[in-house]
Amino acid sequence: MMTGMKVSGKAWKFGDDVNTDLIVPGKYLELVDPHEMAKHAMEGIDPDFPNKVREGDVVVGGTNFGCGSSREHAAIALKYVGVGAVVAESFARIFYRNAINLGLPALECPGIDEAVSEGDSLEIDLTGGKVVNATTGKKLDFVPLPGFMVEVLGEGGLVTYIRNHLDEW
Amino acid sequence: MGHTVSEKILARASGETEAKAGEIVKASVDVAMMPDLTTILAVNAMKAMGVEKVWDTDKVVVILDHVAPASTLLAAEVHRDIRLFAKEQNLKYLYDVNSGVCHQVLPEKGHVKPGRLVIGADSHTCTHGAFGAFATGVGSTDMGAILATGKTWLRVPETIKVKVDGRLPDWVAPKDVILYTAGQIGADGATYNALEFTGETIKDMSVSGRMTLCNMAIEMGGKTGIVEPDDKTFDFLKERTDGVYEPVHADDNAVYRSTLNVDAESLEPQIACPHKVDNVKPISEVAGLKINQAFVGSCTNGRLEDLEVAASILQGRRVHEDVRLLVVPASAEVYLQALDSGVIQDLVEAGAMFSNPSCGACFGGHIGLLAPGEVGLTSSNRNFKGRQGSPEALVYLASPAVTAASAVAGEITHPRDL
Repeated sequence: MMTGMKVSGKAWKFGDDVNTDLIVPGKYLELVDPHEMAKHAMEGIDPDFPNKVREGDVVVGGTNFGCGSSREHAAIALKYVGVGAVVAESFARIFYRNAINLGLPALECPGIDEAVSEGDSLEIDLTGGKVVNATTGKKLDFVPLPGFMVEVLGEGGLVTYIRNHLDEW
Repeated sequence: MGHTVSEKILARASGETEAKAGEIVKASVDVAMMPDLTTILAVNAMKAMGVEKVWDTDKVVVILDHVAPASTLLAAEVHRDIRLFAKEQNLKYLYDVNSGVCHQVLPEKGHVKPGRLVIGADSHTCTHGAFGAFATGVGSTDMGAILATGKTWLRVPETIKVKVDGRLPDWVAPKDVILYTAGQIGADGATYNALEFTGETIKDMSVSGRMTLCNMAIEMGGKTGIVEPDDKTFDFLKERTDGVYEPVHADDNAVYRSTLNVDAESLEPQIACPHKVDNVKPISEVAGLKINQAFVGSCTNGRLEDLEVAASILQGRRVHEDVRLLVVPASAEVYLQALDSGVIQDLVEAGAMFSNPSCGACFGGHIGLLAPGEVGLTSSNRNFKGRQGSPEALVYLASPAVTAASAVAGEITHPRDL
């Protein structure tokens, strides 16, 4: 679950180069309802993922997570299926922006792929910059988000951020 | 210290005297482009931001291209809602389902100019760097913020210089240059970076070929690809724009993250093998692999010169009986040129299918899907697992020439060996 700037849940691992076609295949791009998109989250890798994942669980990726298409459907599907955060060795640029813009924490955390096994319990302290593997006791630091992104995430995403700061833009 | 093209364009767009790689700038957008499948999400985001009207009705360009014409009820509803939105907002530019792929239509209709900041709700927006613009793709919420405010935040990218020199051998195309480059740099080797393409080969390359190069910058994680504008660029733009623009060039002492030197003369046709764009091999290592479907088209390789080279190979020959060859022009303009030049006649006589312009065959949309176990060879840009139909299909990327030659032979084939 996500409380304030903390996330805790079970880890789901997906490896390197998880592209957005795998997260939400092209045939679902006509969807505009986020809950419908959520039914297809990770369908290209594990069609059963939406039934297994629980609110607040953490998607753990390797390098280049979210590469490919700019489809925001990918980040939306993960958020609405209940994923509390995505932690990866590295992210592709557009997915990274999309996730933060939606208020879904995307955290670059070198060493995470090796430090976490599928099913481990993770606790993430967004303000403290730490990912704790409660199953093994291992602690990792994630790369701090740029200041502007912390603000966006803190306000729940870009929609609320722009609404709150419209006159400054 | 000098500046790269990206640094200069982003300084101008953000009203700063200088922008350095690594800085975050708030930039004014010159063109905001949206294709059909991401528009409604962006509009919903804009409205959720408390804004009812787009910031500038002349700077928003909507192009209905991914599912064109609509093949499902849902797509038909999306298109209907976009048309209504465009009318309500009094948008000056809506290109409907008869127009073509957004990245071909946008420059053809004169929306892309050197030095401009072009943001699109599609990852292949980097294509427009071929005209010396800074062009990059974003998601729908970012686009919603642009519709609401006309501005976006961007991290000024470091730049990788890709210097290509020498004459391309026969049957070696710009696509082979960019596949080779992707193999060298890697699928995430240019993340957050711009790629500037320079060198003699680029100077001699057509605008169409330059678009192929810049189009695939995203396949290395790149934010944009850029070719400095020259007379070829200006010739293309002459009839299409008002001709008012300020070309931007890199300073001689600009700072680059790294330089990749490519010797064009030593290249052979390249193939990107499943399931990664950087899994690139020279054709000699892949030749002989049987294929079920071949596709020439997309924003990467659906322009007239791509169709012409395919037709020149197919003329007087037949598509192999075990292969479906699908050819899709990138726009209505390309379609008309292909009609005029007789290219379509040659292709269809040889057994190819010719379809109206759309993105469908590239992204596993409404045409040309692969069944489990099938092998597709395509001139498009992504060979991801499941990209063109079944996750159990295999997708290989190649140039239009190699794709056409392989459609004739029934297996991956160097055109020279037909």
